Amino acid sequence: MAQPQAAAPGESATTVGAPRTAAEARAAVTEAAEQGGVAGDTGDVVIETRRLAKQYRGTLAVDGLDLRVPRGSVFGFLGPNGSGKTTTIRMLMGLIQPTSGSARVLGRPMPNAARSVLPRVGALIEGPALYGFLSGRHNLLRFDAADPTADPRTRKARVGAALERVGLAAAADKKARAYSLGMKQRLGLAAALLQPRELLVLDEPTNGLDPQGMREIRALVRELAADGTTVFLSSHLLDEIEQVCTHAAVMARGRLIAQGTVAELSAGSRGRLGVTTPDVAEAARLLAARGLTGLVTEEQKVIGELPAEPPDLAELNAELVGAGVRVRGFGLERTSLEDTFVALTGEGFDVAG
Amino acid sequence: MRVWWSLGLLRSELVTVFRRWRTLALFGVLAGVPLLVGIAVRIETRNGGTVGGGPRGDNGPAFLEQVSNNGLFLTFASLAATLPFFLPMAIGVVAGDSVAGEAGGGTLRYLLVAPAGRTRLLVVKYASVLAFCVVATLVVALSGLIVGFALFPVGEVTTLSGTTIPLSAGMLRALLIALLVAGSLVGIAALGLFVSTVTDSGIAAMATTVGLLITVQIVDTIPQLHVVQPYLFPHYWLSFADILRDPVQWTGIAKNLGLQALYAAVFGSAAWARFTTRDVTA
Ligand SMILES: Nc1ncnc2c1ncn2[C@@H]1O[C@H](COP(=O)(O)OP(=O)(O)OP(=O)(O)O)[C@@H](O)[C@H]1O
Ligand SMILES: [Mg+2]
Repeated sequence: MAQPQAAAPGESATTVGAPRTAAEARAAVTEAAEQGGVAGDTGDVVIETRRLAKQYRGTLAVDGLDLRVPRGSVFGFLGPNGSGKTTTIRMLMGLIQPTSGSARVLGRPMPNAARSVLPRVGALIEGPALYGFLSGRHNLLRFDAADPTADPRTRKARVGAALERVGLAAAADKKARAYSLGMKQRLGLAAALLQPRELLVLDEPTNGLDPQGMREIRALVRELAADGTTVFLSSHLLDEIEQVCTHAAVMARGRLIAQGTVAELSAGSRGRLGVTTPDVAEAARLLAARGLTGLVTEEQKVIGELPAEPPDLAELNAELVGAGVRVRGFGLERTSLEDTFVALTGEGFDVAG
Repeated sequence: MRVWWSLGLLRSELVTVFRRWRTLALFGVLAGVPLLVGIAVRIETRNGGTVGGGPRGDNGPAFLEQVSNNGLFLTFASLAATLPFFLPMAIGVVAGDSVAGEAGGGTLRYLLVAPAGRTRLLVVKYASVLAFCVVATLVVALSGLIVGFALFPVGEVTTLSGTTIPLSAGMLRALLIALLVAGSLVGIAALGLFVSTVTDSGIAAMATTVGLLITVQIVDTIPQLHVVQPYLFPHYWLSFADILRDPVQWTGIAKNLGLQALYAAVFGSAAWARFTTRDVTA
């Protein structure tokens, strides 16, 4: 276990609760993954890549990627702009040839097995793309016709159902050129839902949607996941990932820097205890004595990491009170995924070149 | 059953191509050519004069002179007038846009993950371009036929060899000529398809294909370059006129079709090699 550093004096309150350095966060998360957060059984892995890499003319967009997406998970794929998410998805879907390494989707190698794999996969890649001169319905009819395994006898019904599912039934016969961004996004999703799928790959599915639309998409994702579909979705919206995903991976500059369950990622593997009290010095001394580490002291609050074998919290509380500490608040702190994300990928706003 | 299912993509492609406004506009332009030619001939021969009395160009049979005597010749004249540029330009637009347009619009990636299959998609694209060749040629021929029959007398056909054949036989030869003209476009269709797989911009592919056509047509007229001319795809295009000889002379026609097949094979393979290995990032 990485030895947490002593609380740095004057550390800003906004980062309290987050792993303080990228190295620390990485260590915690990698460890979590090794402890079996991600399914270890190959039969249960829907996407698996080995040292996957892609170099566009000059740039190394993806580098040595080892991704494992367990079956049945809702897997969030995170990373700053230009970190290689879309490139990874393109390789998984057989649109581009990896420079090196290999990828397996639904247990079969890509892009070689594209013909048997892709009918079982629905995808939304880098936003929707439509024929502006065709109506929404005819767009879907065309994409469905492109799938040689799709039964033409049920085509109309399936297209209708998909339109219904994304809330586009009323605008189905409008030319797609006249669609708003959100409507296009919905139509793209409908195309991914034309058939029952084992895997859905969604690259920023809520991009351009109104709050209502985002909620609907989240509900849809949960519903699909409940039916057993594995959902692999990339997003910048950490809230969204936290709300719908069971697992997540974080990319930065083409490399995978963490993957695991969302709980592990957002908390590190250990819980953090926060005590609100005016008697911070005494509280900190007692907490340290009970094995809490990485104590951060603020004006009215002490926060520390629980040890691997945490003490009973009720007893700890009673002990604090017994020692005369005026406890005004006592509880486990939830670190947000955003804190972890920033710690992992750095604060800078600039896109890595 | 499975074969029938795979034909769905071809049907969808044909519907998509032929429903587009752009396609209909091209057909409109092509149908307008015989109308313009017919009206011009009608006006010029109003007082019993003849057309094309001047020196004859060496790159085309003088169908125009005969139009006022026999309306059926408007069909031949229109095909001869549209074959050097109008028709192949229309093919260049449709073939150039076929793959590049989908790539530029991003729909290519969705067809590929559907999964359409790269080879299957390419074959379907080429088939739809060829269908466009046939329909475009028939549009010119039919428009010529209708305008010719409406504006001029129609009767027995005088062949280029001076013999006469009945109108019904002449009509049959007109159909044969239309098919030969469509067949003459097979080469540029393959060339356009190849160009289309190289770029992600439909406009660039169309412009390149049409530019190549114009260049090749110019090279074909420069006497100093006669060594390469037999290998240029438009070189034997006007051989279709040999259908109107009595008896029909097949050598030029066979050379033309052979050359078209060669272009289709070479550029078809090149397009396949390129398209099945390229990265689709657009
Ligand atoms: N077609 C391309 N040709 C050359 N370089 C490319 C191409 N597409 C992407 N790249 C480069 O590859 C890197 C990764 O890009 P990618 O689109 O995978 O990022 P991303 O994680 O999807 O970003 P975003 O969050 O903005 O969608 C970037 O540096 C980008 O400049
Ligand atoms: Mg992206």
